[in-house]
Amino acid sequence: MKDLKVSLGGIALDNPVIPASGTCGFGKELSGWYDLNILGALSFKGTTIAPRDGNAAPRVAECPAGMLNSVGLQNPGAYHAAAYELPELKSFFHKPLIANISGFSEKDYVEAVEILQRDSAVRILEINISCPNVHGGGMAFGTDPKMAAAVTRAVKDVAEKPVYMKLSPNVTDIVSIARACVDAGADGLSLINTLLGMRIDLKRKKPVLANKVGGYSGPGIFPVALRMVWQVTGAVDVPVIGMGGVSSAEDVIEMMYAGAKAVQVGAANLIDPLACKKIIEDLPRAMEEYGIERLSDIRRVE
Amino acid sequence: MIFTLTENVSLSPTVFSLRLEGPHGAVRPGQFAQVSVPGLYLRRPISLCRWDEKSVTLVIREVGKGTKALRSLAPGSPLDVLLPLGNGFDPSAAGQKPLLVGGGVGLPPLLGLCGELLALGKSPTVLCGFSSKSDSFLTEEFLSLGCDVRVSTLDGSLGAKGLVTGLMDGCDYDFVFSCGPRTMMKAVFDKAARPGQYSFEERMACGFGACMGCSVPTRSGMKRVCADGPVFPGGEVIW
Ligand SMILES: Cc1cc2nc3c(=O)[nH]c(=O)nc-3n(C[C@H](O)[C@H](O)[C@H](O)COP(=O)(O)OP(=O)(O)OC[C@H]3O[C@@H](n4cnc5c(N)ncnc54)[C@H](O)[C@@H]3O)c2cc1C
Ligand SMILES: Cc1cc2nc3c(=O)[nH]c(=O)nc-3n(C[C@H](O)[C@H](O)[C@H](O)COP(=O)(O)O)c2cc1C
Ligand code: FES
Repeated sequence: MKDLKVSLGGIALDNPVIPASGTCGFGKELSGWYDLNILGALSFKGTTIAPRDGNAAPRVAECPAGMLNSVGLQNPGAYHAAAYELPELKSFFHKPLIANISGFSEKDYVEAVEILQRDSAVRILEINISCPNVHGGGMAFGTDPKMAAAVTRAVKDVAEKPVYMKLSPNVTDIVSIARACVDAGADGLSLINTLLGMRIDLKRKKPVLANKVGGYSGPGIFPVALRMVWQVTGAVDVPVIGMGGVSSAEDVIEMMYAGAKAVQVGAANLIDPLACKKIIEDLPRAMEEYGIERLSDIRRVE
Repeated sequence: MIFTLTENVSLSPTVFSLRLEGPHGAVRPGQFAQVSVPGLYLRRPISLCRWDEKSVTLVIREVGKGTKALRSLAPGSPLDVLLPLGNGFDPSAAGQKPLLVGGGVGLPPLLGLCGELLALGKSPTVLCGFSSKSDSFLTEEFLSLGCDVRVSTLDGSLGAKGLVTGLMDGCDYDFVFSCGPRTMMKAVFDKAARPGQYSFEERMACGFGACMGCSVPTRSGMKRVCADGPVFPGGEVIW
């Protein structure tokens, strides 16, 4: 029997596979395809203090080996999420929840954390300082070490649960941002968010996305994500959730050899709603192939 | 779900139909499929035109890489398809005299709808708009269902000359179902004296409601075209 269990700073997960924020809503849609209780955990849609409609359509564009999105954090707001979405999600999902939280000021982050952490199913606060699709705030917090540290401190002041800062890859030195967050008290890190990208429609001679630019995710970003996870886990001593292009059991294992303790799967869910289920079911086979008995035995390669 | 392509037939210089065999859930007219194209990342949303217990038929216009690749598939090819998706039309919303207005590849979902309306004992009138005769397709299929079919082309090479909305004059109807280019549907909505349901397109990633990639503003807030639509009551649309 292969042992898929992993631990995220003391929080035990049945396996390391977690659908990534923004690709599984509040669980409802994916739960129509399979019983989500096979997942390690679930990171729900990025939630802000006030409801948001997001950007104009088109909001998605195809790329070789991936996609762009400029959804722009469409979400029902923290109060609605806590009052309606989370109770519904908990009616069919009984594994740890990761609350993905975004904001436009330190105060926004703090207020959303205070509301969402009250739910006992929320075990980790994943603070998104890396959304490339909103103007003012969003990614701005994640591209400057001082601002990243300030948000971390503000959230840590009120947080009653572990705080994982979600980092942007759109920086020259991700290690300096990671260090700033950890020095400011982050309990863990999640990386990477999407890479800022663009497509132009040659027939219309206009950007495909109404927002003009959007975040690139999917298999094309896997090597970049892997490299960033490896660099960050070589520099800081907190658990890291690795993500970016993960689409197979092999990718999960590779991400763990780069130093990740757990792994999120994003765009792959949108291409195949059964992606996470297939990956979890395939992990024992891949572990056998690479001579791994326990995923928790995996140590970061040097 | 893996389907097997059993027929790939040309209907016009740019339009072709694919018959896919495989088990699937119950289909409502106006629902769609998300078709995976080998070598391309995102699935392509295509309406279900006709279906029975063990197969579905899609009618597709070649407009880009994905639809071009689908056109070249040989019978026997496996195709990875998610279906049925979306809300679909509600045939019971119409009275005895529904009017179906379709333009180009907006017509395919109306064929399945027409069949259901006839099965409910209603008498649909179908208005088909094309740019020209060489570009027309599916009109025979509508006729063979046994409904009143009227055609218009922009160049007058088949049926009446002009826009499909021109055919609405003199039609007696109590409800409208429409699918086609947005500008056509707006003209239908503006002209229609009766309530109706309109089917929209938007660029999609998942197609099943998880990503918010296809959300658009409506009179009742943001709606996902893939999961809350693609069919919306005309009065809900911000035209
Ligand atoms: C609910 C729904 C039902 C549809 N039903 C039909 C149908 O029955 N028959 C038919 O021929 N076409 C239909 N379409 C349009 C069809 O999805 C596009 O023509 C097709 O995706 C184009 O793919 P491509 O690779 O050839 O074009 P490309 O331009 O190369 O595609 C690039 C990207 O843009 C997307 N895209 C391009 N045009 C559209 C469009 N009009 N709508 C949505 N996404 C688009 C593609 O899916 C792809 O992700 C429908 C669209 C929707 C949303
Ligand atoms: C449609 C879409 C919406 C997303 N929304 C969010 C979000 O709300 N919050 C967030 O932190 N990340 C969001 N992301 C980023 C993913 O969680 C993930 O970090 C990124 O897509 C990389 O993983 P992938 O390549 O597996 O998709 C979104 C990604 C996509 C594709
Ligand atoms: S395409 Fe993902 S929600 Fe509609």
